[in-house]
Amino acid sequence: MGETRKSRRNMRESNRREVGKKEMPTRWSRKVVEKLALSSIVALACVFFVTGCFGEPNGNGSSELSGSITVSGATALQPLIQQAAEQFMAKNTKVKITVSGGGSGTGLSQVAEGQVDIGMSDIFAEEKEGIDASKLVDHRICVVGFAVVAHPEVSVDNLSKEQLIDIFTGKVSNWSEVGGQDLPIIIVNRPKSSGTRAVFKKYALDGQEEAQAAVTEDSSGAIKKIISDTPGAISYLALSYVDDSVKVLKLDGKEPTVENITSGEYPIWSYEHLYTLGEPNEVVAAFIDYVLSDDVQDTLVKDLGYIPIVEMEVSRDE
Amino acid sequence: MWDIKQWKELGRKLMRSRFEKSLDVAPYDPLKDEDEMAQGVLRGDYEVQYWNEAKAKFGHAITLICVVLVMVVATCIILFISQKGISTFIGTGISVKDFLFGTVWYPDRPMDQGGPSFGILPFIVGSFSVSMLALLVAVPLGVATAIFITEINPSFGGKVLRPCTELFVGIPSVVYGWIGLSVLVPFIRNYVGGLGFSILAGGIVLSFMILPTITSVTCDALAAVPNSYREAAYSLGATRWQVISRVSTPAAGSGILTGVVLAMGRAFGETLAVQMVIGNVPIIPRSLLDPGITLTTGITMDMVNTVNGSLWNSALWSMALVLLILSLCFMGLVKLIGKRYRSQY
Repeated sequence: MGETRKSRRNMRESNRREVGKKEMPTRWSRKVVEKLALSSIVALACVFFVTGCFGEPNGNGSSELSGSITVSGATALQPLIQQAAEQFMAKNTKVKITVSGGGSGTGLSQVAEGQVDIGMSDIFAEEKEGIDASKLVDHRICVVGFAVVAHPEVSVDNLSKEQLIDIFTGKVSNWSEVGGQDLPIIIVNRPKSSGTRAVFKKYALDGQEEAQAAVTEDSSGAIKKIISDTPGAISYLALSYVDDSVKVLKLDGKEPTVENITSGEYPIWSYEHLYTLGEPNEVVAAFIDYVLSDDVQDTLVKDLGYIPIVEMEVSRDE
Repeated sequence: MWDIKQWKELGRKLMRSRFEKSLDVAPYDPLKDEDEMAQGVLRGDYEVQYWNEAKAKFGHAITLICVVLVMVVATCIILFISQKGISTFIGTGISVKDFLFGTVWYPDRPMDQGGPSFGILPFIVGSFSVSMLALLVAVPLGVATAIFITEINPSFGGKVLRPCTELFVGIPSVVYGWIGLSVLVPFIRNYVGGLGFSILAGGIVLSFMILPTITSVTCDALAAVPNSYREAAYSLGATRWQVISRVSTPAAGSGILTGVVLAMGRAFGETLAVQMVIGNVPIIPRSLLDPGITLTTGITMDMVNTVNGSLWNSALWSMALVLLILSLCFMGLVKLIGKRYRSQY
């Protein structure tokens, strides 16, 4: 009896095992493989996330840079810095650079408060009210030239500086008074807080207060459109925005060309700045050096319509 | 065999019993319900009940969290703007009265000429005049469209016209601005007069942007008027025009007014499209063809370039606070209109 029971149990177990053997592989192939695949994906994602977040500690005396840089500020400078940052990140894979706009005021106040590593500005920090410029370090990266532009049908080709000042201060209100046709002058200006307006006021108008403009706009695209559409309109644009839809006026007989600006004969230009709070750390310094290197200055800077800082034969302090 | 009379009698009885049953629906009886619940527990349904209760509590918790989150965010925004906006008036010598009713906006005036001057009346006047002009154009258009859609030709109106007007909502404001700049401004300059950049251009662009709000809210209000009103009027011999002008539209009055105030709020807050066509000159306009400036365009023009914490920047925050208070007033007005009309009808 005992033996038969045993044998029966054995039989049952062996049966079960056999059944198990039959069924296991199919189950395995479905659920377990699926789970394995899923967990491996999750694990991989975790690894990427962790390495992405913390990076590897910069030990072993390796020269490879790592860290993150945040940049904000002047929208005029944003495309240049954005593209330079992408190239820099492609070369230094462990550096993460985030570039955002917001305007010169935002950039300067954020870098002064330590919220970002680099503040982009198109004017000197000293010129901005409410910024403690003594704490900030200035890195000039390129030069932008501005052209005085008018509606294409305006018959005037050249303005003397006095005539330009007279126009923008409201002493002259018709093109006939500066040698053109009988057409009212319509001033299109930028908002008072604009860095470009500050540059224009300082170097083109010798600091004289402008009259109330007929139209105020803050984007270069809109200004170009208004100038090309409105008879008698006059304004100023960065050289990179100038095209055939507007007429470029000479100033004291000088055209706003790169040669005239670098030689100092044409006065309306300004530096583009990167500001840091105190001396920059290793990563930030490497990035600024990269922006100043020939890699960027000869290609990106020129492509985007700026003038490389190294080509300038004259310089300014404030 | 029954004859036809007996069948009729039976039918009548059945009908009556069904009717009487429908009359005395058993009223809600909590005791009986509890009894059923107790019986359910006795039957072993309590697991189901606990599960249902747990689900209800979970749902309650989620909605509560969402409500609290929204309230916290809204309160934070209001507190933040208030705190930033009030800082203009603390320890700076600028009075609220000078700020609201001053006509000179000259934030960078040198100290030897009297120091900076912050008078935002030109902005307030600009905002109000542009919005009012937009309403003046859009309300007749929008209400008339809505009447056509709901009262005159519902099939064409509902299938074609309404989707068309609602299409206006989907167009980004920069597109409105660009069209205004390319078409409307030159048109006004060439055929009406002035520079083109004007209160008129801003108002017209805005009127197209608020048209869908007015149309769709008015449509809903008209559709909500009970049909019995119209039928009663028609049965008394009223013409369609009389029904529309004396019955449906007055009955939908509160809804239409709500739509108008909502549209006004939207017009007040719109920035980009107005900025491109209004000229942005902080002077009180003397005519519709003069350029002007609104609160929102004034803020966007200078906000990015002023330094956080400076007086100029604070003044912009104060303008934002004024804007916030005005839009809260509009909201209150909507509530008030709703309440007044509800008590009236």
